Amino acid sequence: MTSLLSVKDLHVGFGRDARANEVVSGVSFELQAGQTLGIVGESGSGKSVTALSVNRLVDFGGGRITAGKITLERAGGDVLDLTSASRHQLRQMRGRDIGMIFQEPMTSLNPVHTIGRQIEEAFRINRGLHGRDSVDAAREVLERVRIPDAQSRLGYYPHQLSGGMRQRVMIAMALASAPRLLIADEPTTALDVTVQAQIMGLLTELRDETGMAMIFITHDIGLVAGIADQIMVMQNGVVVEQNDTSSVLDNPQHDYTKHLLEAVPHFSSGQSARNDGKRATGVEPVVAVDDLVVRFPTGKSWLHKGGAVHAVDGVDFDLLPGETLAIVGESGSGKSTAARAMLGLVGKTRGRIDRSTGAEHRPIQMVFQDPYASLNPRLNVESLLAEPAIAAGHRKDQTLRERMTFLLEKVELSADALTRFPHQFSGGQRQRLCVARALMLNPEILVLDEAVSALDVSVQARVLDLLVELQQEFGLAYLFISHDMAVVERIAHRVAVMYAGQIVEIGDAASVLANPQHSYTKRLISAVPMVGQRKRHYTLDHTQIPSLVRAAGYEPPAARWREVGADHQVRIEEPA
Amino acid sequence: MNHVAQRLLTFPLILWGVSLIVFFSIRLIPGDAITAMLGTEAGLLTPDQRASLARYFGIDQPVHVQYLNWLGGLLHGDLGVSVTFGKPVLDVILQHFPLTLELAILSMIIALVVGVPLGVLAATRNERLSDLVVRILAMLGQSTPNFVLGLLIVFVLSVYFGTVPAMGVFTPITEDLGTNLLQLIFPAITLGFAFAASVMRISRSAMLDVLGDDYVRTAHSKGVSYWGVIWKHALPNALIPVVTISGVEFGYLLGGAVIVEQIFALPGLGRLVLDAVTHRDYALVQGTVLFIAFNFLLVNLIIDLLYVALDPRIRLGNR
Repeated sequence: MTSLLSVKDLHVGFGRDARANEVVSGVSFELQAGQTLGIVGESGSGKSVTALSVNRLVDFGGGRITAGKITLERAGGDVLDLTSASRHQLRQMRGRDIGMIFQEPMTSLNPVHTIGRQIEEAFRINRGLHGRDSVDAAREVLERVRIPDAQSRLGYYPHQLSGGMRQRVMIAMALASAPRLLIADEPTTALDVTVQAQIMGLLTELRDETGMAMIFITHDIGLVAGIADQIMVMQNGVVVEQNDTSSVLDNPQHDYTKHLLEAVPHFSSGQSARNDGKRATGVEPVVAVDDLVVRFPTGKSWLHKGGAVHAVDGVDFDLLPGETLAIVGESGSGKSTAARAMLGLVGKTRGRIDRSTGAEHRPIQMVFQDPYASLNPRLNVESLLAEPAIAAGHRKDQTLRERMTFLLEKVELSADALTRFPHQFSGGQRQRLCVARALMLNPEILVLDEAVSALDVSVQARVLDLLVELQQEFGLAYLFISHDMAVVERIAHRVAVMYAGQIVEIGDAASVLANPQHSYTKRLISAVPMVGQRKRHYTLDHTQIPSLVRAAGYEPPAARWREVGADHQVRIEEPA
Repeated sequence: MNHVAQRLLTFPLILWGVSLIVFFSIRLIPGDAITAMLGTEAGLLTPDQRASLARYFGIDQPVHVQYLNWLGGLLHGDLGVSVTFGKPVLDVILQHFPLTLELAILSMIIALVVGVPLGVLAATRNERLSDLVVRILAMLGQSTPNFVLGLLIVFVLSVYFGTVPAMGVFTPITEDLGTNLLQLIFPAITLGFAFAASVMRISRSAMLDVLGDDYVRTAHSKGVSYWGVIWKHALPNALIPVVTISGVEFGYLLGGAVIVEQIFALPGLGRLVLDAVTHRDYALVQGTVLFIAFNFLLVNLIIDLLYVALDPRIRLGNR
């Protein structure tokens, strides 16, 4: 039996001298019809380039296959050599034999064409359908990817749809030609975890319906566990391990695979929650937030009063010294807005934020998500670190310099970093610089807004460990905002779950993660991929987040709470 | 649409500002209509003669009264009377405007027909020979002063063909299309060359940006043909900056092209304003400048409407 796809000793390079700039070196694999191959690796591992070489899209990005052979068995049974095929053959292969979906559903659809037109185009090119037929086919395929009200959605433009919806449209487009192979390049990375579960569920169902083979690329080894038959682990352009899924996951041979499985945070339902620093009673909180409300008016003119987006709607929490409170929730849940309001970065509509009444006033500092964008590229590290101190009225003197070197050492960077510029550091190092900068003023509270989300998985673990060490040494309180349950489990003492602008569940991390009570928390936690789950069955769930736009004068009903444990409260769900 | 309504509301305000500036700035230039007409002999006039001439030209009253009179006339659609032409200003403008409009349109057509395809071609052949050629051409187009090109064309035509078709009495498009086009094609090329160069550069860079976008890769993955991707998926997304640049340049051209009109002896708005200034024909200067400003605003409004047509995100708002 011949394989559907066979890749032998693939080498891919970029630029004028492609042989010298090789990013994929000697990758080989076989894929049988109907099978799923998971390619796992971090950024720069060559996993996407490998996949893009299969349908030769790599050509358009300036890449070149310098050696190796890729053969594809086409629907008729003839075998096409993709490394030597003509432009015309390649074009026929794309879409017809190999469909592809990409990481960024927000940017992967053409903003100036309706989604109907974009799907119809796929049917026109690959199936020769025209007019009424292509419209009908587009509607049918939208229904197959479970988009409600498909007929009217055909006339929508991409920007009118949510990320999850757009990814479904992408899938619909890839399915238009009933490809024998679907390449999914990190298809859920940009999506919220519950939406990720929906898309994964859809992909597995469609795969089983159509019998297509799949190459699934991801950085999250937990995610492929649920979908792949075989796993290939890549690092720096070479395959370090490849085998069937259970062998790789249960009996990893290569150190890097072991590292991915062990060092990287994986969610384990509260079992690996921190058990240091239990909440003591009678300690004065460093900050207490009471009935925090942030609303953004939507009315466009000043003449008529419109409604408002209730971004944060009545949030209460407190934070004790040396404690981490993680605020978890999906995009748009109001978690970042709540934190920003606490710092005064956005104006609050109402509510109280009480700081502790200690003798020395220690400030709140913040670390942001993107370490590339949050360090001014024109300033060297010394100026970057000095900035908060100078802004607070200090002089750039010997004491300040000593504090800089002290903190650099604390974040495991050498003192000679002072004269260097941000671009000379890796993502993980930059984020440590951001942490050092935030610590310059000896803060009492550090707000970490998705502070490890942009980092590669193995770097995440190091930064998290560092944060725990710093917390213990300086007695810092962390407000840790994240959408990633696995990361939260590693660092949080307590967890607050936010949904549609409100906290729906709050309490001790181990208790909330192991024993979620609110229906949203349950949904969120069950959506988190876990290494232990193989051939996972995702139930398709179409729950949409309610609109946060409310009419003027709307006030949410008062929250009623139920005690679950010593430190675990859940908001009682009111029937809608 | 809200945005367009806002634009329309600011229209009268801007025009009023322009009217203030043009009215008072032309009066800052030493001399008036009488000295412009009579030169040094104006000194020989008796006070009575001077006064009656001043009354005739309408410059006997205090400046602010003159302004208010003019503004009042404007509100009734009366731009005043040109002293040099002895006709209502509006008639004079409308007599000269068709030529300027036609010249601007022809230049823009040349610019778009040449500039967009070459820009797109250069973008798809990035860093290769044809890209280099297009880029050099663009540089040349933008750095060559149009009087040099204009004179060169006139020179070549007269030396090698013995005639310059533009010279002589201008034939309006309504009279004889052939002669009209023959008269305008060379000035249009002169103006269109630099125009095409900027369109080329902007198309190339916008296209290069767009070609790196994710949806272009998506289109390739669907099996769309190479030029199908370029024209259907990439180009519509790259057009907004092209529309902006073309609109602004077109707006400028509607104000007349003094030098090119001079070289090719064409009676357009540019020369009209220049002559009006030298003759201190206040009413004509004011009227023409206001007319040019109005056109410029109108073109910008049309650009805004084009954005709306080109980009559904603007049309439908963000959600």
